[in-house]
Parts: sequence; structure tokens; C-alpha cells
Amino acid sequence: MAGKIKTVTDPRLRLEILSDDQVQRLHEATLDVIERTGVRFPSERALEIWHAHGATVDGDRQIVRAPASLIEQALAQAPASYTLAARNREQDLPLDGNHVFLGTDGCGVQVLDLYSGERRRSRLQDVAEIARVADYVPEIGFHWVPVSAQDKPAETRGLHELLAVWQNSTKHVQTESVYAEAEARVAVEMAAAIAGGREALRARPPLSIMQCTAPPLGQDGGSLDAALVAAGAGVPVGFMTMTACGTTAPITLAGNLVVGNAEVISALALIQLAHPGAPVFYAAAQTSMDLHSGGYTGGGPEDFLFGAAGNRLADFYDIPLSMGSFATGAKKPDWQAGIDNSLSTFMATVAMSDMLLGAGLLHGSRIWSYAQMLMDCEIFDLVQHMMRGIVVDEETLALDVIDAVGPAGNYLAQKHTRRHMRRRWNPRYMDRRPYNVWEAEGDGAVEWATEEARRILESHEPEPLPPGLAAELARMIPDAVPG
Amino acid sequence: MVEDIFAAMKQSIVDGEREEAVALARKAVTAGIDPLAAINQGFVLGLDEVGAQYGCGELFLPDLVLAAEAMKGAVAVLEPELARRGAVRQVLGRVVIGTVAGDIHDIGKTLVATMLSANGFEVHDLGVDVPIAAFAQKAREVEADIVGVSALLTTTMVKQRDVVEALDDLGLRPRVKVMVGGAPVTAAWVKEIGADAFSEDAIGAVAVARRLVAAKEA
Repeated sequence: MAGKIKTVTDPRLRLEILSDDQVQRLHEATLDVIERTGVRFPSERALEIWHAHGATVDGDRQIVRAPASLIEQALAQAPASYTLAARNREQDLPLDGNHVFLGTDGCGVQVLDLYSGERRRSRLQDVAEIARVADYVPEIGFHWVPVSAQDKPAETRGLHELLAVWQNSTKHVQTESVYAEAEARVAVEMAAAIAGGREALRARPPLSIMQCTAPPLGQDGGSLDAALVAAGAGVPVGFMTMTACGTTAPITLAGNLVVGNAEVISALALIQLAHPGAPVFYAAAQTSMDLHSGGYTGGGPEDFLFGAAGNRLADFYDIPLSMGSFATGAKKPDWQAGIDNSLSTFMATVAMSDMLLGAGLLHGSRIWSYAQMLMDCEIFDLVQHMMRGIVVDEETLALDVIDAVGPAGNYLAQKHTRRHMRRRWNPRYMDRRPYNVWEAEGDGAVEWATEEARRILESHEPEPLPPGLAAELARMIPDAVPG
Repeated sequence: MVEDIFAAMKQSIVDGEREEAVALARKAVTAGIDPLAAINQGFVLGLDEVGAQYGCGELFLPDLVLAAEAMKGAVAVLEPELARRGAVRQVLGRVVIGTVAGDIHDIGKTLVATMLSANGFEVHDLGVDVPIAAFAQKAREVEADIVGVSALLTTTMVKQRDVVEALDDLGLRPRVKVMVGGAPVTAAWVKEIGADAFSEDAIGAVAVARRLVAAKEA
């Protein structure tokens, strides 16, 4: 059985990425955009809700213009904190502003095969196997659907993926790949069956749903309808913006934050208008385009700044945040991957993002690598250690020990050393061996992490679903979901 | 005198100044300058210059797009005059392009359309969420050389195969080439669905399209 989840808590480091005045200005600019320019909501239900609450709705263009007061009042209904439940209660995730939890990344389309190393299209079995490894690893707090089950029909793929994760892990599942109303209805039923009924689902949701916005200043219709269904059942929903400087947002960082913020808070306001008090979260993975190709970069100083800025905005609205970190643009686990994933994770963590996405994907969240996943976990572990800061007290000042050792001695034989040494960081994948050993062995982090992933996959037995439940869940997945 | 105007036309493209390019095109029409000469000895040289500077990393994608928009503006002014004179601007090929049904992702597809258009292709952009049959019908209607099919999602990418099959059903294959695009698309996928080519970005797409039409003529 998988154990306790590693988290960042009681942080000792701080970073002021934006002043209160700057946040206020971003907020007011955002409200101005929503009221003047508007946001596209291509969903009949969403437009009806906006209309019923007095927003200006351009039915032909499906654009909503909402006054500042409507947005602010709606957002004020959102709960400041709540818990994402796991099948194993000890793995529940309190989103209370004092924890940072790491999830697996999603949703990739290819996998570096754990045994052959070959790059191939992802399938349902990969979803199950990755979930099994993630269930074991203490750094992973929750699952996203890591790769797409491309061997399952498009209409029900998201449901097969959910079942595969639940069958292989007791941890919370947050899906980013259910974005149609019909599929969301079944996903909610499945989650209710796991929780033990509709009321239990509300109290302890084992599922949350993340939707993407459609930048600039737009939403996806299917995502809106799916989110409304989930929120109605008390399943936490979030909206993620991935606005990119120069393509889907202004080239300037502040302009990008405004466009992304307008997308997220307008969607969250809609959810609150429909279901006041429903648990929601802010989600962001903003970036700057590659200047040459216009493509997605997966890292860079802009992304890292956004990683910390997002939490200032989410804190301002007093709702939990899911922040895109990791997810390097590198093609393989290398120098670029190390830089991208370390800096993005440090910045998102020092700002105390409640959820971090996510471990394991390369090439801008397209290619799954088990080795990258475990090395990402090591980055998270390293950052977690940094977040403990430096403790200064009588015990840590160690004056008696300093006096006992005196000049020219060493501290190896001190009981004080043994007492505290396990608080010093000990890597699993960093190579600290002598040069000649490295030269003789010729291996390193990628080989060690790959070997560890194989060991976990071959030996870890996740706690199964209660008898009969897996079959019941499987029966809920229709052969074809209409519409 | 005419050389000065040509030089200014080239510069308007290099600078990506659409208003300036349009004004110069109008001036050329008023002055009775051959519109084909205005395009080939003026505006196109600007596009070549931008392309060269982009190639060596001096200019970036926004420079290219601004140049392309200026080019489109100038050509739109000159086209009626070309028609009046019974002249035809040579097109590299005809392209039908769109994002497949169920997918609303617009930017990559539109960027490819802009780049192809600026580089001398006749582009018919069907927009987003385009029904499968519409690709094939439009390809037949305009006698397309290439059909470009965009998809960002794994759930919609599968419909790229349907477009290839729809073209086949109308008897347009293999004469009409199919190029596909979108984040999940790979070389293996292109082969599997029987398409002809793909590109991971818009600049690469122009080279791919050129290669496809060149191969047809060979």
C-alpha cells in the first residue's frame, strides 16, 4: 500500500513577485476587459446563466460582457479552502494555502517505453501503469491523466482513463481530459460510486476536473458544459489558461496576465452564478511564444515569473491554485529539462501554489518518460527541502559542539551530527560518486530512474477497488456517449 | 521614378506597414504602373528580404506575419487591376485549409494560411470546426492542389484520416495532396492515415507545400 504524501508546508521562504498595488491594477484591468471587450462563452447554458444574471450577451457572437460587480460578487461565493479526497483518507489533500502538492503531468500523446526505450503512441495500458508507479511515489499527491488512451473511442476515452487510474491508485484523481457534458455526467456517477453516494461525493470528492480556456478571451463550449455538470454535483472544477505572449496574449507580461485572468475568473464566476459556493480552483500555465516559430516553449524566464504571479492572483481572489510547472520543452531528460523544471517548480512553490502540474512529460507535455517523472519528483523533493529555510536556535547554532570540536577538528563523530544529518538532503539521482566510479560504470540519473520505475511497476501492488466496484464502474461507461 | 516606388514598396513589406503598402499599391494603379511589375519587382522583394533575415535569426515570427499582412493588403488592391488588364498572377498552388470538426483551435491553422498566402499560394481558409465533407467538396470546387487539415486534440486528430478518405471517395486522391498539422501529429501518424506530409510549424509548412506542388509537376 502506498504511504504518506510528501508536501511543502509551513514555508520559510518568501518572494514578492507583485506588490498589492500591482495586483489591484491587474484585477481592475481584468474587470475592464470583461466588461468592455467581453469573453466568448460558446455554450447555450452558459449564455442563459449570464443573461439571467444581468450580463450583456451578444447571442450571435456568443460574447458575454459582465459588469465588475457581477464578477466580484460571484467570485466572493467561492470557498477559500477545501479538501481533495483520496480513496485512502491519509492521502487527502487539504487545499488550505499551507500545502503544495505535486501531480503527474498530462495529457501526453506518446510514451518512451519503459523497457524498449522506443517512442510510441500512448494507450490505455500506459495510463494504468503510470498511475501504478505514481501511486507508489510519495512526491506524487494526485493524478492527472498522464497520457491519452488512444486505443479507446474518442467519446468515452476520458472515462476509460479515469477507471484505469482508480484501479491502480488510492490517490486523488484530477482529470483534464473530460470536456464534454455527456462524458462529465458519467464521470460524476463513477466518482459518486467510489465516494459512496451523491452526498459523500460532495463531502469527500475523489475526483476533480480541470478545464482549459480557449485563449484569447474565450472558453470551450464542451468544457463549460462539463464543468457546470461537475460543479452541480460538488466535484471541484478549475479553469486553466495557457495564454502565450505574442500569440494568444499581448507580448507584454502584464497584458498576458490580464487576458489569462479574464478567462479564468469569468469562467469561475459563471460556475459560482450557477452553483453558489461550489468548490473551484484557479489554474494557469502561462508562457511566451517561441519568437522564431510561434510555438509552445515549455519554459523560460517568462514562464517562471508567471508561475509565481498566478498564486498572487489566486490569493487575491482567495481560491486555491493549480499551477503549471515542470512540463519542460526539452525532447529528452537533459540540461534544458533540469533548468525548466527546477526553476518553474521553485517559483510556483515559493509562491505556495496549492497544486503543481506536473511530473513526467517532455517536449511541451507531449512525450511521457518514467525517468523524467522520477527525476521531477527529486526536483520537488529538493525544492521542498529549500522551503524549510534555515532554522536559527540554540540547537542549530550548536555552540557547545563548536566548542568541543574546536579549531582543526571535524564534526563527523559528533552525536549532534548524527542527530541532525537526516535533515540534510540526500539525492537519489544526482551523481556524487568519485570520478573513476562514474567512468567505470558509465551510468547516471536516467538509467537509475528508469531502473527504479521498472522495480516499482513490477513490485508495487496498489490497493484494489472494493470487490465488485471496478466492474460496476466499467458498466457505467457506455459503448458510445451521445453528443 | 518607378524604381523609387518599387523600392518604397519593398520597404513597406520589410517594415510590415500594411497601410503604407496599400497606399503604394493605390498609387501604382493611379500612375498606370503594371500591377504584375509592382508585385514582382516591388512587394515580393520585400517578402524575400524578410524571409532571408528571418532565416538568419535577425527577424522573428511577428515580423514575418506583419510583412505577410502588408503583402496581402497590397495584393488585394492590385488584383482588380490585374483582372481588368486580363493578367493573372501566377500562383504556386491552390490550398484548401481548415481545422477539423469538433476542434476550435484556430491560431496554427490561420498562421499557416497567412504564410502560404503571402508566399504565392491561393488559400481557401474554411475556418474551424469544419465538417469532413466540406474539405473534399471545396477541394473539388476550386481544383485544389493541397488540402491542409489541422487538429490539436487526440480526439479530433483521428478525423484527419476521415478527410483523406473523403478525398479518396470523390476520386481526388492522389492528385490532391494532404498535409496535416497540430501538436499531436507525428511522421508515423502521417504515414498511418495515408496523408502526404506534415509540419511542426508554419514556416516549415510553406516549404512542405512547395515540395508537394513541385513533386506534382515533376
